Amino acid sequence: MLELRDITAGYDREAPVVRDASLTVARGEAIGLLGPSGCGKSTLARVAALLHRPESGTVLLDGEPVRRWRHRAPRGLRTAVGVVFQQPRLSADPRLRLADLIAEPLRATGRRDEIPQRVAELAPAVGLTRDLLDRRPHEVSDGQLQRACLARALVLRPRWLVCDEMTAMLDASTTAALVAAVEDYRAATGAGLLAVGHDHTLLRRWCDRVLRWQEVTGRIPPATPGLPRTSGPQQPADVPPAGDR
Amino acid sequence: MTCESAAEPAWRSYGVRRRSTTAVRLRVSAALVAVTVLAVLLVPPLVRLDQQTVDLGSKLLPPGWAHPFGTDDLGRDLLLRCVYGLRISLLVGVAAALVATVIGTAVGATAGALGGWVDQGVMRVVDTIASVPHLLLGIFIVAMFRPGVWPVVVSVALTHWLSTARIVRAEVLSLRSRPYIDAAVSGGASRWRVAVRHLLPAVLPRAALAAVLMVPHAMWHESALSFLGLGLPTHMASLGNLVQGGRSSLLAGQWWPTLFPGLFIIVPTLAVAGLAGAWRERIDPRRRSELML
Repeated sequence: MLELRDITAGYDREAPVVRDASLTVARGEAIGLLGPSGCGKSTLARVAALLHRPESGTVLLDGEPVRRWRHRAPRGLRTAVGVVFQQPRLSADPRLRLADLIAEPLRATGRRDEIPQRVAELAPAVGLTRDLLDRRPHEVSDGQLQRACLARALVLRPRWLVCDEMTAMLDASTTAALVAAVEDYRAATGAGLLAVGHDHTLLRRWCDRVLRWQEVTGRIPPATPGLPRTSGPQQPADVPPAGDR
Repeated sequence: MTCESAAEPAWRSYGVRRRSTTAVRLRVSAALVAVTVLAVLLVPPLVRLDQQTVDLGSKLLPPGWAHPFGTDDLGRDLLLRCVYGLRISLLVGVAAALVATVIGTAVGATAGALGGWVDQGVMRVVDTIASVPHLLLGIFIVAMFRPGVWPVVVSVALTHWLSTARIVRAEVLSLRSRPYIDAAVSGGASRWRVAVRHLLPAVLPRAALAAVLMVPHAMWHESALSFLGLGLPTHMASLGNLVQGGRSSLLAGQWWPTLFPGLFIIVPTLAVAGLAGAWRERIDPRRRSELML
């Protein structure tokens, strides 16, 4: 169980982005988290991946409370949660070839001997061909790079996967391929999934349970600043269309 | 003809002219740097003349065929003296710039990567040191040692690493919050590994550029120290020593012992700066600026 209890987090103590958010991801469960842009979903995802220390609240991994964050978190806990971010360009070190990008967590944790085997397993699983593995991030497309980022998140066999808007920048076929790769991994290992996004159609098809932001925090997400409701889409992004309700 | 050039949009001709002046500047700088380096490397082994040879019979000769730059007050050939002086100045400049860049990169990367109170503390120390005039601080440092090459290198390096530290820190701070660092942390990378594998390689081009931009600074600083008589001992005369030596004959109307060493300071340093400026425009085209020395 990955449990977030009453998490308040942000970048300014005076004005936290996330207030009192709680959610639970059981083993093997897929949770979708829907919210409009700017409501704090990504911050909550970073907290769930132990990458951001919350101002208050508790994170429990299989009942074990997390006390330290980022580099200070015990390596076993940090690597138990794999993350995939929204923008593959920013989440890949521009100097590493894709094969090294995927293998980097194995190098960092001193498991070099597993590299050839794991890369050979994961590359086809996420749909990367051999010639792509020798390229650097600027030589591949966003979709190909995001596939490599997913492989990197899976290479240490995490018990949970946090996908923060993983497919927001991608076309439909790449989205389908990435979701299928995640589902194959979860079917094989029983890992939990927290998929954060604003695409309710995708999340409702993908996840066992979809939570809206107000269900997680108990408050209505604020309107995007600078974007009057009348000029944008008439419906807030997290409200499903009429037929789906 | 006039019609055509008038039809050309203004921004376009401006862009073309701008590019061509940049290219000319780059070529001239590169040629001058090449000539400097070749002269410094090849003249001493090829021309088997002793720059120290005193010939009191031909002292203070104006520039002529036998001595293109004239002779100094001991009858030594100034062209030869200038090439040897440039050799020493360049050596000190490059060595000091390298040492300063290593110190600056280490300090800046540490401050930026650790953040928090370490960063605040280190950067306040940097500000404090930077608030003392470079030359004054350099004089203090030189005065603590016997005259020689290394005290001058240390003095210049210890007064010039601050700007590199600031540049590297700012760069590391901006990189530190990128998702790829988050991904590395999540993948189990230690703080050390993040710094060495992901942050340092990203700031190295910037640090290398700072090092090249620092070479002219370091040469000027060295010349200033030598001019004040605090730099290199006179038996290994640098350009600063030569200018200082020529100063006494300046009032007597003998301009060449000051002018030529002075030109030897100015021209190669401007050439190096021009080359570094072109390089900067290449790697950072958004920050177009004139030579910021």
